[in-house]
Amino acid sequence: MNVKNIRQDFPILKRKVNGKRLVYLDSTATSQKPKQVIEAITDFYETYNANVHRGIHKLSEEATEHYESSRKKIAAFISARPDEIVFTRNATESINLVANSLDWKKGDEIVTTIMEHHSNIVPWLELKDQGMKVKFVDINDDGTLKMEQFGKLITKNTKLVAVTGCSNVLGTINPLAEISKIAHDNKSLLLIDAAQSAAHTKLDVAAINADFVAFSGHKMLAPTGIGALFAKKSLLEKMKPFMKGGDMIKEVTTESATWNDVPYKFEAGTPNVAGAIGFGAAIDYINRIGIDSIRQHEKELIGYALKLAEKEKKMTFYGTKHIEERAGILTFNFENIHGHDVATILDQEGIAIRSGHLCAQPLMSRLSINSACRASFYLYTTEEEIDILFDAFKNVRKVFRID
Amino acid sequence: MIEIYQENILDHYKNPRNKGELKNANIRQKESNPLCGDVLEYQLLVKKGVIEEIRFIGSGCAISLAAASMLTEKVKGKKIEEIKNLSKEEIYGMLGIPLTPSRVKCALLCLKAIKVAAYSYLHEKMDEETF
Repeated sequence: MNVKNIRQDFPILKRKVNGKRLVYLDSTATSQKPKQVIEAITDFYETYNANVHRGIHKLSEEATEHYESSRKKIAAFISARPDEIVFTRNATESINLVANSLDWKKGDEIVTTIMEHHSNIVPWLELKDQGMKVKFVDINDDGTLKMEQFGKLITKNTKLVAVTGCSNVLGTINPLAEISKIAHDNKSLLLIDAAQSAAHTKLDVAAINADFVAFSGHKMLAPTGIGALFAKKSLLEKMKPFMKGGDMIKEVTTESATWNDVPYKFEAGTPNVAGAIGFGAAIDYINRIGIDSIRQHEKELIGYALKLAEKEKKMTFYGTKHIEERAGILTFNFENIHGHDVATILDQEGIAIRSGHLCAQPLMSRLSINSACRASFYLYTTEEEIDILFDAFKNVRKVFRID
Repeated sequence: MIEIYQENILDHYKNPRNKGELKNANIRQKESNPLCGDVLEYQLLVKKGVIEEIRFIGSGCAISLAAASMLTEKVKGKKIEEIKNLSKEEIYGMLGIPLTPSRVKCALLCLKAIKVAAYSYLHEKMDEETF
């Protein structure tokens, strides 16, 4: 994997911020986009922009072909079938679709974990009003899941186990196959929030036997506003659509309507065609580089960063040091300094990091902190950029007089 | 080196004025920026319509805490009625630093807390959006 060549594909990386070359360490919030993705979107609007599925004319046929081809690419990427892929806006919408469309009954339980992003907590909390129960698996001090708690929290009433592939704060890569076995041995369904993991680690839904997987395109080189839900076809067929309107129907009379086949019955209204086409181009790009090469690169980067972290005093670095279970996410705090102050100082050097509660307030409470700083890496990140980050820590120490 | 972390800001952040509990306070007002994790509570002793004592407790970033500290000095001895007219511009002027859009809410947490305190003491209604 040639990072120097890869960086040439990302026009934004040439940008200067505050007079310095941009050091983009916020890929966990959203990834940057390669020109191949940007060009695919431009090409759609410039040469075959049309609505999909219903048009008989040439442009509509071309648009439909590209839209459906993206669905096939996403399916192949995770070893699924195209009719098991529903286009959504993002992982949040994918999870909300499951929360709204599964046949819940009073007393059903959902087991999730304390390390989840709000997107994999809030939709379940909403179900509590209907008599459902939500339980949380805790973490160990090193930021890995307390695996033994799954067995204790899962009961005969557990309908769904909803867990992230990778913590967006701690960088923990969760043992999905093991969690899947525990869930299925109990006849519970498994939902994976892959927003954070899909772009970084290989995901084979067939091998893991996942029932639902939620994705966001924008975290994996695609534009914002496009995501996907994988669900087993047998489940999709039983589930009720929670949005109704055009494109999701077979026949409509003034009395009633019949739903279209899966996955179309879940795609009401004109979809984000350009976004889906961009998503397809993003998958092509990742495939060209190779997901395993990306993972290897990020493993090397986090290993390098954790080594530098050992020398830093009066700082806390969160998460496991075992890089096999660790993504390219480095979350930290300076003693008694708020994350926003650190982010502001680093911004002066052109370094973009995230600070705040990182959309994981229950985890922040669990760690007894109000906020944290997060630097996150992707295929275009270099060791040199990590050096620049650690070098800029000196500025934080200088401003706040930390010795 | 960095314009917003000027000496007076860091001084108020590291050595906050009027920080701590005010046991005989007759107004307590807590405000927070949940997205940042900033929390601030003003405790005031108001006698005959005048702020005789003011203290604050809270946690947050340097900007929000420095502003909270500076504001205690600014309002001590003022009539509670005058607090209603405190403006955002006065807070920016008090801080004297350039604020990016994402840091404005850090600076204004103290203003919101003190104004909510004043309005509720006077039993008057405040526009929570524009304050």
